[in-house]
Amino acid sequence: MNAPAYNFAYLDEQTKRMIRRAILKAIAIPGYQVPFASREMPMPYGWGTGGVQVTAAILGPDDILKVIDQGSDDTTNAVSIRKFFVKTAGVRTTTSTADATVIQTRHRIPEMALRERQTLVFQVPIPEPLRFLEPRETETRRMHALEEYGLMHVKLYEDISRHGEIATSYAYPVRVDGRYVMDPSPTPKFDNPKMNHCPALQLFGAGREKRIYAIPPYTKVKSLDFEDHPFEPYRFNGTCALCGATDSYLDEVITDDRGSRMFVCSDTDHCETRRSSPSRSSGRAGVGSVPRDGRACDPHPIPTSLHQRPHSTLPEDREG
Amino acid sequence: MYVAVKGGERAIENAHALLASVRRGDPSVPELGLDQISEQLALAVDRVMSEGSLYDRELAALAIKQARGDLIEAIFLVRAYRTTLPRFGASVPMDTAAMDIRRRISATFKDLPGGQVLGPTFDYTHRLLDHGLAGPSPSPLVGEGWCSDGAIAPPSPIPTQEARPLPSPQGGGQKEAFPRVTDLLANDDLIEPSPISEIPAADLTREPMSFPAGRDLRLQNLARGDEGFLLALGYSTQRGYGRAHPFAGEIRFGEVEIEMFAEDAGFAVPLGRVAVTECQSINQFKGSATQPPRFTRGYGLAFGQSERKAMAMALVDRALRAKELGEDIKAPAQDEEFVLSHSDNVQATGFVEHLKLPHYVDFQSELGLVRRLREAFAAPPMPSPSGGGRTKGDMAEAAE
Repeated sequence: MNAPAYNFAYLDEQTKRMIRRAILKAIAIPGYQVPFASREMPMPYGWGTGGVQVTAAILGPDDILKVIDQGSDDTTNAVSIRKFFVKTAGVRTTTSTADATVIQTRHRIPEMALRERQTLVFQVPIPEPLRFLEPRETETRRMHALEEYGLMHVKLYEDISRHGEIATSYAYPVRVDGRYVMDPSPTPKFDNPKMNHCPALQLFGAGREKRIYAIPPYTKVKSLDFEDHPFEPYRFNGTCALCGATDSYLDEVITDDRGSRMFVCSDTDHCETRRSSPSRSSGRAGVGSVPRDGRACDPHPIPTSLHQRPHSTLPEDREG
Repeated sequence: MYVAVKGGERAIENAHALLASVRRGDPSVPELGLDQISEQLALAVDRVMSEGSLYDRELAALAIKQARGDLIEAIFLVRAYRTTLPRFGASVPMDTAAMDIRRRISATFKDLPGGQVLGPTFDYTHRLLDHGLAGPSPSPLVGEGWCSDGAIAPPSPIPTQEARPLPSPQGGGQKEAFPRVTDLLANDDLIEPSPISEIPAADLTREPMSFPAGRDLRLQNLARGDEGFLLALGYSTQRGYGRAHPFAGEIRFGEVEIEMFAEDAGFAVPLGRVAVTECQSINQFKGSATQPPRFTRGYGLAFGQSERKAMAMALVDRALRAKELGEDIKAPAQDEEFVLSHSDNVQATGFVEHLKLPHYVDFQSELGLVRRLREAFAAPPMPSPSGGGRTKGDMAEAAE
C-alpha cells in the first residue's frame, strides 16, 4: 500500500459510484440480491471483500468505523480490515458500538440495539439462501423471481421430521418484507431477531459472488418457521464468566485438556462496557434483549410512518 | 485465568515481519533480481501475466518475488493492482495471423504455408535432470527454427529472437507466410467461419457475469482461469466426459502488435507488442438440421508462452459450446455455470483459505445443536419416519 497514491478508501470514484448504485437498488428492493461488478481487493476473496467494498463506497471522512469479526474487535481479520481503512481513508475508528456510524461485521450483530443513522455492513460468503438446495444460479434466480420457496420449506420440514427441530443454527434463512427469502450471512440464529424492524440500515456485501443486498431501516424480517414449530433463537444457557451477562451470545473457551471450559460474551465491546459500568451489570445494559419467542425484539417502538412497505403496490400481503 | 483474546494487531505485525524475513531467506545467498525472474523463470512470469490479466513482465516478476514463488499469490497481487488502473478503452482486435512467429505447429497437416516452426519447446526433450544446470551454465547455442523441409534456420545471435522463420517457399512476405490453419480450412467451408461481432466484447471485471454467458465472456473467464483447473477439465473431455474429438489445428506463439483506434487522429495507432500463445482446436461436428457437416473450433489464447493453458482453454471452450451446437450436456466441462463459477483461482483460493478465519460463533451454535441432538438421541426413541433418519449428513452445509 505504499507505492502509488490510492483514492480515499482505496476504490476509485467510478467504482464507488457503481457500488452505490447497487446499494440503492438493494435498499429499494429489500432482500433482493443485486449483482455488482465486484473488484479484486487487496485482501482475499472470502475474507470480507464484499463488506470492504460496501464500506469503502459508503464511508465519508466524518464516519466512525467499527469492525468486528465473531463479535470481537480484536480478532485478526477485524484488525486487518480496520487498519486497511485507517490507512486508505484515515477515518476515525472505535470499538464502541454506540459511537460507530458504520459497523462492518462478520458473523455477528452487536448485542447493543442499533440506532438510526447507523449502518451495519455484513460480510457475506454465500449470498444465496437456496444455494445448498439448488447449486445453479440460473435456477435460484428464477425461484426468487417466482417467489418459489417451497423447496426451502420442505428442507425445514424434513429437518423437523428427522431431528424434531430445524437443524440450522446459523445462516438461518429469513423472509424480508414478506417477499424475498434472504441469507442473513452466517450469523447465529440468535441474532436473527435483531434484524427485524432494526432502526439501522443493514447492508450485505458478497465480493466473490458479486452480490449486494440490503434491509432498509424498520423493515420486517421474519425467520422462516412453521406455526407449530415457531422459530427459536438458540442461546447456550450460561453466564458470561467475565461480565455475568445472561442474555448475550457466548463463546465457549476450552481452558485445559480435562474438559474444563468457560463461557464469555462473543461481543467484546458489550462485555467490556458491562464490566466498566457495574451499576448496569444485570440484564439489559443497553442490550436489545432477545425474547425467547423470537418475535420482534427491537426495544424501540416502530414508528408506523416509517414502516410503510416499499412494496405497497404488490398485489397481496404475503404470508410470513 | 482466561484473558480475553487480545493482541491481534501485534500478532499480525510480527507475523508479517517474520514473513519478510523468510521471504529473503539466508542473507548470504544473493537476492533475486526482477530481471533474473523475468529472464530465467519466464514461463512463471507468463502464467502470472495471463491469469493476472495484466501484461507487464516487470510487475509479474515483482509479484513472483514478493509471493515467494507462489504463483497464485502472485496472480492475486497482480489482479489487485490491475483493478486500480484506469481504463482508457479497448484495443482493436489483434490479428494473430500477422504474428511474428516464434513457434508454430499444426497437428492436422504435415506441411502448410509457412511450415512447422518448432521454436523453444520442452517437447521432445528427455526429462532427465540436467546436473550441468546445477552450477553456472555455459551460454547455450541459440536460435534454430525447424521447418517442414527439415531445414534449420540460421542461428540468431540473440536468444530472445531466435526462430525467425525462413521466407515461405512461395516467396511471399514474412507476415503472409503464416496463415492460420483454420483460415485455410474456412476457405473451403470445411470449418465454421470465425465469428465476427460488431458488439464490444463484454468485460467481467466491469460487469458481473450472468448466465447464460456469451462466448466473449466465457473466453475472458477462461483466459483468466486457473491453468490447473482448465487442464483437468480439458483432460476430462478427452477421457469421455463430454467428448469433442479435438485436433490441435494450430498452436502459435509469437509477438503481435496491439493497436488502438484514436478517435482524434481517425486511425489506429500502435500501442506496443505482446507475446501470446494461440491455440485453435478443430473438432468434429456431424451437422444438424440447419448446419452442414463441418468442423468446429475451440479457441485458446494466453499471454506469453503458455501452451498448456491455451490448449486446455481451447478444449474447454469447445466443450462449453455444446448448447450452441445442440449437443447433449452431460459432462462437467460442458456445464457453463460449473466451469465459469469455479475457474478463477484468486476467488477459489480466497474462499478455500478463508476457512482459516475464526468461525467460533458458527461453530458454537453448531456445537449447541449437536449437543441438543445428542440429548434427544440418548433419550427414549422418538418416532422416526425412516431407518437411518438421525444422520447429520444433510445438515452438513459448507462452512462459511
